Amino acid sequence: MTRTQKIEEKFFKLLMIVATFFIFAVLAIIIYSIFEKGLKSISWEMLTQIPHGGYYYGKGGGILNAILGSLSLAFGATVLAFIIGLPVALYLNVFLIRHKKVIDVIRFLLDLVWGIPSIVYGAFGFSLMIFFGLQTSLLAGILTVTLFILPIMIRSMDEILRTVPIGLQEAAYSLGSNKSEIAFKIFTRQSISGIITAVLLSFGRGIGDAAAVLFTAGYTDHLPNGLLEPVATLPLSIFFQLSSPVAEVQNRAYASALVLTLIILIVSLFSRGIGKRYHKTKINF
Amino acid sequence: MENSTKIEIRDLNVFAGKTQILRNVNIDIPKNKITVILGPSGCGKTTLLKCLNRLTDLYPELKVTGQIVIDDHNILAAREDIYKLRQQMGLLSQRPYPLPMTIYNNISYALKLRGIKNRREIHKLVMHYLQQANLWDEIRTRLREPASRLSIGQQQRLCLARGLAVNPEIILADEPTSALDPISSQFIEETFVRLKNDYTIVLVTHVLRQAKRIADNVVFMYLGDVIEQGSVQEVFENPKMEKTKLYLGGTFN
Repeated sequence: MTRTQKIEEKFFKLLMIVATFFIFAVLAIIIYSIFEKGLKSISWEMLTQIPHGGYYYGKGGGILNAILGSLSLAFGATVLAFIIGLPVALYLNVFLIRHKKVIDVIRFLLDLVWGIPSIVYGAFGFSLMIFFGLQTSLLAGILTVTLFILPIMIRSMDEILRTVPIGLQEAAYSLGSNKSEIAFKIFTRQSISGIITAVLLSFGRGIGDAAAVLFTAGYTDHLPNGLLEPVATLPLSIFFQLSSPVAEVQNRAYASALVLTLIILIVSLFSRGIGKRYHKTKINF
Repeated sequence: MENSTKIEIRDLNVFAGKTQILRNVNIDIPKNKITVILGPSGCGKTTLLKCLNRLTDLYPELKVTGQIVIDDHNILAAREDIYKLRQQMGLLSQRPYPLPMTIYNNISYALKLRGIKNRREIHKLVMHYLQQANLWDEIRTRLREPASRLSIGQQQRLCLARGLAVNPEIILADEPTSALDPISSQFIEETFVRLKNDYTIVLVTHVLRQAKRIADNVVFMYLGDVIEQGSVQEVFENPKMEKTKLYLGGTFN
């Protein structure tokens, strides 16, 4: 190495270290501030009770309504998006293999809708609701969040399915498998850990989004009570508590954020575990 | 039966966009013999093999014209049932691609595609084909483990067992020993010689010694053309074409 090459190497190495450190520092600060403010206010009461009268002005109660609301909403939307999304991703990678241009167009469109802000989905869901004469409800929220996370679900699964080696496909075809067998027996097995990651990612996006549910799921201080009733959600609950003038209630907002973060953490650890278990059958190339 | 032709390839041309990969290929592949397709890298050997079980369908950029006749069927005809067709052939590729499932299921999957549903019969046949591929004794206690845990040599033998399990008439092998250690390679070669009484074997290789050891017939290809074909004695001991002589002499490869 010449001297300039050495300097270059050192410079870029330093740049990468600084950038990596920076992003970790930001993450650490966010997590620290959530824990620091949230832990003070979090209590058993908060996790297990619904808001009592005057909760948003500092009186007693909890956010169980929002925890259960968010969980049921995100769970419903993730299941629905998975049922629609997996066939789409498989269709792209198994059945459309001879039509590269069509695949490219579909991928481009999906990337495009991925980029649409969730408030637009919220507005779209709202206009649909009016059209069908629906009220704000768990169902409307689930449908809107499903639309919102579908592109994320499809494209993340698609990227995983794309990595299934052509040699493995040839091996399976050479045995006389037809395309649906290849799709459901070979592609999904080979990509199972990636598919689980895609589902998790979509769940995280679904449970954390406020704008898509703002007009569609509504808000209530009661527990979720059927598909056609409004539900509370954690992001909106955080928003309402944070906009309170009372400092104590603002701290409860951080506690709610802590709950939301922990839910995502638990789900991701759980999915990792499942992914690892199925990873064993994956063929490594 | 002794000298009947199993596969007739007539005027086969393959294009990838504007480049021609195979040019007017005409080959007769005899039944119950080992036909070795020999030639340097990039001569179209692998593409030729993929035409035989229509894996070329997976590559939209490839255009195939001509005829390949197996048992009076032109398999390149559009209405041919390609899933049935592929079950007539077992494929062994350059490196093993076990399916992402257990060792046992790799074989039973192929059996189920054949339409065998009886569990006891499947059990018996899994054992039978693993024995045929000389793998049974090594892995009889590990049948429920993922196939990915086997060594490369074992994986290739598993793929051979799986290829046999579809009960094919033809075995297509694309440089099946190129990723293997000498002992596994030798075993694969021995298996081919043993199997040729029951199967028609088409083996693609660029290893001259391998061709010499096990071939009955040799087809020498160069840059998409068939240069010379004949029995192994004719081609190796008395090559007619200048290119064949040069290749066999090791001048180019």
